[in-house]
Formats: sequence, structure tokens, C-alpha cells
Amino acid sequence: MNKLKLLTSAMAFSAAAGLSGGAFADPDEDQLTINGEIEIVTETAAPEHLEYVDTIYSGWRFRSDETQAVQMDDFDNPGMIFVEAAMETWDTVEGTEGKSCASCHNDVETMAGVRAVYPKYVEAAGEVRTLEHQINGCREERMGAEPYKYTSGDMVAMVGLISMVSRGLPVNVQIDGPAQSTWEKGKEIYYTRYGQLELSCANCHEDNYGNMIRADHLSQGQINGFPTYRLKNTKLNSVHARFKGCVRDTMAHTFKPGGPEFTALELYVASRGNGLSVEGPSVRN
Amino acid sequence: MRNLVTGAAVCAVIATVAAAEVVAPTEVVFEDGAVATSLTGTAGDIENGATLMNKGAGNCIACHQVSALSNLPFHGEVGPTLDGVADRWSEAELRGIVANAKMMFDGTMMPSFYKTEGFIRLGDAYTGNAHEGEVAPLLTAQEVEDVVAYLMTLKEE
Ligand code: HEC
Ligand code: HEC
Repeated sequence: MNKLKLLTSAMAFSAAAGLSGGAFADPDEDQLTINGEIEIVTETAAPEHLEYVDTIYSGWRFRSDETQAVQMDDFDNPGMIFVEAAMETWDTVEGTEGKSCASCHNDVETMAGVRAVYPKYVEAAGEVRTLEHQINGCREERMGAEPYKYTSGDMVAMVGLISMVSRGLPVNVQIDGPAQSTWEKGKEIYYTRYGQLELSCANCHEDNYGNMIRADHLSQGQINGFPTYRLKNTKLNSVHARFKGCVRDTMAHTFKPGGPEFTALELYVASRGNGLSVEGPSVRN
Repeated sequence: MRNLVTGAAVCAVIATVAAAEVVAPTEVVFEDGAVATSLTGTAGDIENGATLMNKGAGNCIACHQVSALSNLPFHGEVGPTLDGVADRWSEAELRGIVANAKMMFDGTMMPSFYKTEGFIRLGDAYTGNAHEGEVAPLLTAQEVEDVVAYLMTLKEE
């Protein structure tokens, strides 16, 4: 009797929601080209290390047509206002050494390709570092300037600028060699069920992408689009701020932005998107 | 033999007391995922149960579709529809599912609503800060009964 009931409920489940693994999940069919020229890969075969997902999708594919449209032209993308400010910062001398970013790096275009490979193991630091860590490294060690707060507006705008010059390039973070132990740690965090709701990243973004959770259409929680301009809070949002929000929503004690746990998680989540295009600054709701 | 009789008598006494008292989250007895006796001994309030399905600590429709609540916007698709759920499950089974669904469905995503132990990095509600002090379950014992009473109204046959 109990078995029969379980079967019935399993059938009701598959009818209503699609069984886990996202077999019936529904990203839309839209294709993304920015400014009519930058082709963005929003769907591709999952990297080999992904065990439970065959195809990976950018979060853009799960947003409404209206939200999608805002990202298709830089004149409409409100995230670009912040990027423009960062462009000025790029050339602005700050700190005791009398240097700007441009003093060492010339045009920001020299940063093309950088966003796509971060977080990465940095030999000199002896650890995996995020783009934010590297930006603060330059500020403190080369410019003699104050570090930015990890998720501050100045920081996320600079990350937005450095992302923008990599748009269209495939995300390609390294997961083996010296990065491997950090990657493993990130993977463990991804599958841990935190908080009073006992939910892992995988519960929502691997088992249920495509499904609605209350008013939200769940995506795969990819980070190729970061920083994201959110219509909800009208600013650019960093990866660790988003992680913090998602962990908080499980009624858990979150980790610290910029800390070792979120850095490891960022490497792992980035690697789940290896092959998608860098598309930050993107637009989400 | 004498011992058995005494034992039975003691059991009967405990049962009477338990019926009048709230069963603590750590004391709930699950049998094949079901919980036979009321957690409070007080009948559930169907109307409050319906309220809990929507907002606050229950928020069941974040994950479940319920046609009887179609006046409320945005029902989720993470769990099965709860339409006709009382035809599929007994009251005891529904009490078990609401109290701790993981006892009925191994590894399910559904949160455990009447549980206070075994969490990883438990937070202080939705603040993101660490939790301090005594842990309250997501639903009180009476709220579990209210939700179960509401679920018992979801019949199709
Ligand atoms: C209770 C469900 C839930 C859990 C658990 C959860 N998230 Fe999310 N997450 C959401 C929702 C809802 C959104 C907004 C819609 C979307 O993009 O999926 C979101 C969005 C995101 C985004 C933004 C995607 C984009 O394209 O802008 C990222 C990245 C993300 N989550 C990562 C994570 C990570 C990493 C974890 C675990 C630490 C996690 N999430 C846990 C519900 C959840
Ligand atoms: C985060 C998602 C989530 C929330 C919130 C949630 N559930 Fe569930 N529920 C599920 C899933 C998933 C299942 C399917 C069981 C499984 O994992 O096999 C389920 C199964 C059930 C079942 C069995 C349904 C059937 O037809 O077999 C009932 C009854 C139920 N839930 C009631 C509730 C009630 C009442 C609440 C709120 C107090 C609630 N759920 C909140 C995800 C959720």
C-alpha cells in the first residue's frame, strides 16, 4: 500500500515538476548577441567534471524577454553606468606610489581574457585568488592605495570593467594542479545542505533549474554573467554578495565575502560554467 | 506477567499525559515516516493551516501547487502538487511528512518543519548571522496540526 502511494506521488511529482536532474527543465530558446556583434554562448555541453548535468545554460536564458532585452544593447544596460565610472578610475592616480591602473596595464583592453580564467591559482600568492583579490593586491602593493571593501560599489564596478573586455570569450578556469584542493573544497560546499532549511546549492540550481520556486524561475546559478545588474536593487552585484544571499535564504550562518570558503565556492561554480561566454556586466531581475 | 501488566498500565498513563501535553520536536515517534498521535492533542485549525501554507514559516506553496489556494499568486514546482493529497496519504502520514519529510522521503529537498537538531551552520532566521540560544522549529506543534488539518481537506475523490 505504502509502495503504491509512493509511486502515485512520484508520478504526481514528475507531472508537476519534472524529476530531479532537470530532465524537463525549461530555459527558453532565445539567443544572445550584444550590440548586434558580440556572440554570447548561453548553452553548451557541460564540462566533463559535471556528473549530473549534460547541458549548461547562462542565467540569461531563464529570464523574461523584457529582462533579456535590457542586456542586448550597452546603451540600455544600466550596469554600464558603473563600468564607465570604473573606466575613469582606471586612469586615476591613487595612493602613495603615484600610480593608476593604467600606469602598469596601459589600456583596459590588455585585460581581455583575464575574467575568463579567474579565480585561479596565483603562484606568487601561493593560493587561489579571485579577481577582487588581485585588484586589491595591485592597489595595496603597487599603488600604495587603500584596498576596496570586497563587495563595495568601487570594487564591483572595476570587476565589471575587467569583465566587459572579456565578453564573448569562454569561461575556462583551471581545476587541476595547484587549484585542485581548493576546487574540491568548493565542490563540498556546493553539495552541503546548510541552515534550518537544509538546502544546498545543488538542491536549487542542479536538481531544480527550470522550475519555479515561488515567484522565481530557478537557473543553474552560473556566474559567467557577473557582475550582474539587478533590476531588483538597481546596482551591480558581485559573486560573493550573491552567494551570501543564497546561503542566507537557507536560514544559515553565511560565509564572509572574500574569505576562503566563498573563494573556493567561486572557483567550483565558475568551473561548472566552463564553456559559457563571459557576459558581465549582465542584467538580471 | 505481572511486569507486563504494570508496564501496560504505565504506558496508558503516559499516553493520557502525552495527549494533553505538547510532544517536543526531539520526542516525536516516527513509524515508517508517519506520526500516529497528535503533537498537541488539540484539533488543528484548518483556516490557520491555510494561512501557513502561504506565508510565514510554512510557505509550502513556494514549492507546491495547490488549486484550492489559486487566489494566491506564484505556486512553486519543486514538489508535487498537493491537490488530492488527503486521498494519497493518511492523517498520520501527512503529520510525519510535515514534521520531518526526510523520514518519509529519504534525502528529500523538503525542509523539516518540526525539528531542532542536526543543522549545519544554523543561522539566526534570515539574517545570515550565526544562531544563538535555543532553537525553535519552523512550525510549532500546533501549527503542524493546523497544516495537517488543512491538508486533510485536499480531497479529489
Ligand atoms: C532555496 C533555493 C536556493 C538555494 C539553496 C541557492 N540558491 Fe542561488 N538562486 C536562487 C534563486 C531563486 C535565484 C534567482 C533566480 C536564478 O537565477 O536562479 C538564485 C540565483 C543565483 C545566482 C545568480 C545567477 C545569475 O545568472 O545571475 C547564483 C550565481 C547563485 N544563485 C548561486 C548559488 C550558490 C552558489 C548557492 C549555494 C551556496 C545557491 N545559489 C543556493 C535560489 C537558491
Ligand atoms: C523547498 C521545497 C519544499 C517546501 C518548502 C515544502 N515542500 Fe513538501 N515536498 C517537497 C518535495 C520535493 C516533495 C516530494 C517528496 C520527495 O522528495 O520525493 C514534497 C512532498 C510533500 C508531500 C507529499 C505529496 C504527495 O503527493 O506525495 C506533502 C503532503 C507535502 N510535501 C506537504 C508540504 C507542506 C504542508 C509544506 C509546508 C508546511 C511543504 N510541503 C513545504 C518540497 C517542499
